[in-house]
Amino acid sequence: MMISRQEVRDISHNGVWKQNPGVVQILGMCPTLAMTTSVINGASLGIATALVMACSGAAVALLRQFVPNELRNPIYILIIAAVVTILELAMNAYMHALYNVLGIFIPLIVTNCIVLARAEAFAAKNGVIQSGLDGFMMGMGGTVVLAILGGIREVLGKGTLLSGIDLVFGASAKSWVIHVIPADLNYQFLFMILPPGAFIGLGLLVAGKAALDRRAAEAARRREAEASAPLAA
Amino acid sequence: MKTMIANGVRGALTLLAFTVVFTALMAGTFAMTKDIVAKNQADAERALIAQVLPAGSYDNNLLADKQVVPKADAKALGNDDASAIYMAKKAGKTVGAVVEATAPDGYAGKIKLLVGIAPNGQILGVRVVDHKETPGLGDYIDAAISNWIDQFKGKGLGNPALERWKVKKDGGDFDSHAGATISPRAVVKALGKTLVYVDAHKSSLFGDAS
Repeated sequence: MMISRQEVRDISHNGVWKQNPGVVQILGMCPTLAMTTSVINGASLGIATALVMACSGAAVALLRQFVPNELRNPIYILIIAAVVTILELAMNAYMHALYNVLGIFIPLIVTNCIVLARAEAFAAKNGVIQSGLDGFMMGMGGTVVLAILGGIREVLGKGTLLSGIDLVFGASAKSWVIHVIPADLNYQFLFMILPPGAFIGLGLLVAGKAALDRRAAEAARRREAEASAPLAA
Repeated sequence: MKTMIANGVRGALTLLAFTVVFTALMAGTFAMTKDIVAKNQADAERALIAQVLPAGSYDNNLLADKQVVPKADAKALGNDDASAIYMAKKAGKTVGAVVEATAPDGYAGKIKLLVGIAPNGQILGVRVVDHKETPGLGDYIDAAISNWIDQFKGKGLGNPALERWKVKKDGGDFDSHAGATISPRAVVKALGKTLVYVDAHKSSLFGDAS
């Protein structure tokens, strides 16, 4: 049941960068495209997803030895749906302030295939702690993408950043909203707020991640070539 | 053949066992949290209703003092179904009614409203509680976005006259943003209808207080 430091590093790197659910696996697009109209909306959905995935990953890993291989899909779906329902009820009852912020996102998460994908690809073969961490890190990877995409759409669409933060931190946080374009100009570019802006923004993020990866791979190849060059000569 | 059947039965039993256990877990959580969730929801509802009444103007439990608008009358308020009117009272005297109304002709579907009305027919406050109007365009009817909705405070039937319960663009008395008149037009129309309904029922709602 223990987890080594190397494993923590690998799982985290995998979730946040290498297998990022938002821009590499491109899973769970329905909530991603619908909810990213602002940084706060995107990040809130991401955090709720991370919580759900950590719990569902751990639950699947805990029960995997009782699950016959040929029946695993319906049972995983059952486990995930039950965990999400329990989480939603518990949050509504005991953390109502947080529920008011994240609650509307939770039913959306059940429809998110990244949860089942990680149950199948990771939690079904790994320990409880590892699976919980994997779910959480995948969720955090998604959070980063959702927050950046929300930021792009919010700046281009409304000229602000962090609007709606008062819903998370109370009315006094209203002054934290950053007006990139002065508020009295009444700037608006509806295109970015509506679904086309989400598709275009996500496309740019996917391309950006691929470009960074290609540059890193090229640099690695050059280093390798340089290192082996003296041998060849 | 025999092993096939045995496998099938074993699979079905496993599924059954999982279903029973998880249904029990969910049912248990539901039973444990039911009362707290109901209380949270009632608090949230009360807070919402309180927004359309002046603070401190009433001292009763709004959710307990409600009248039901029967389904036959629902249309007069734009609702599809029976709805509630919450009566605000101070020291036993009725000081206002909070009416659930719907503007069915928003740009993107129904706009749900709560309208606080004093016994003299004046509007105490209005809030949009649910809408799907275009973000950044028609959504300024929402008090969280702008204070547009506050212009109705103190208005009533005859102030202005019913035929002037329209946005200025349609020859009425109420402001709207240029290029986004569909949502406010729907809200103003629904408010006019609500005032007419309350006026027609004022004796049953407010009794002698009016």
